[in-house]
Amino acid sequence: MSDRSPYAYDSKIEGNIIFTQLDTAINWMRSNSLWPMPMGLACCAIELMAAGAARFDIARFGAEVMRFSPRQSDVMIVAGTVTYKMALAVKRIYEQMADPKWVIAMGACASSGGMYRSYAVLQGIDHLVPVDVYVSGCPPRPEALLDGLMRLQKKIMGEHSFLEQKKELLASM
Amino acid sequence: MKLSDVAETITSRFGGGVTGRTEFRGELTLSLQPDALRPVCEFCRDELGFDFLLDISSIDNFEHEPRYEVVYELYSLTDNHHLRLKTAAVGDDEPALPTVCDLWPTANWHEREAWDMMGIRFTGHPDLRRIIMWEGYPYHPLRKDFPLEGKFSDVPDVAFTEPAPLAGGPFVTAPVDGTTEVREPRARRAGDLPPGQGFIAEP
Repeated sequence: MSDRSPYAYDSKIEGNIIFTQLDTAINWMRSNSLWPMPMGLACCAIELMAAGAARFDIARFGAEVMRFSPRQSDVMIVAGTVTYKMALAVKRIYEQMADPKWVIAMGACASSGGMYRSYAVLQGIDHLVPVDVYVSGCPPRPEALLDGLMRLQKKIMGEHSFLEQKKELLASM
Repeated sequence: MKLSDVAETITSRFGGGVTGRTEFRGELTLSLQPDALRPVCEFCRDELGFDFLLDISSIDNFEHEPRYEVVYELYSLTDNHHLRLKTAAVGDDEPALPTVCDLWPTANWHEREAWDMMGIRFTGHPDLRRIIMWEGYPYHPLRKDFPLEGKFSDVPDVAFTEPAPLAGGPFVTAPVDGTTEVREPRARRAGDLPPGQGFIAEP
């Protein structure tokens, strides 16, 4: 296996055998089947729907399985304005998602409160939950969301899946 | 019956209860004494055919008397008449008016909104809860003395609020002299305004 590529193929052995690291294999599986939790709160959700429809087809990146149950989803896409009335509900849904989990803040409102500098709007969902990728735009075009998704995939590929996720288990052993 | 006849009928019947009458571009507005609101509304609905309450809105004339006013938009679907009734809500801290829920059921939510946002109580309302903010939120955010950036509040497990940072905010109209045209955010360029006047300062 070379230093550059995490995969290697040994042509001397017959059959489809690939050598790799455990991290890489797990990350590869995770990043190519990200099931989104569509947290559509405002107009960004319309662009999220467009990203899921035929023209942009988020299925090309393995993220077409929109789960409306947090228990079955991997990435929460916060699409829209998070009002204070909704804020704790978003946090609760994030907490109900099973590890490993990621968050995409889609658009200006979810990232920073956007144009709503007011008494009613949370100034960015990162006040409540950790955000992995911020997508700019008001609302972002579907391409921008897909770019954010690809960046998240790249980020996942760089994670130490086992060591980071099972810290407590390893410590107890 | 013409709209001007409607105005005449109400004025002649309620005399001192009607304190003013404005007509602007075919829209008729009657100012009422708070006591006259209920009887005038009942009369409008039962005798004059105003069967539809379009809207109830409220005004905060901060630092002017009367501080709170409530505006009722009535409509007659049979005569296509639009009548606006305006009255002051008495009391500076706890302004109150009688409800019109029993006359037009749609007033229920309109009055709840006026209570939630402006803090005007409607006596006799069957269910005067907040409608937009949550139960336990301690302020009425559309009052003029409520800061745009909001205030701290916390109802555990329901919701919290924090002031939004306005200083340096790109969407704030500048508080200097001049028309909105020169004060609005998109008209602003670096160096246009004296230092420190570009944005609304912290209160």
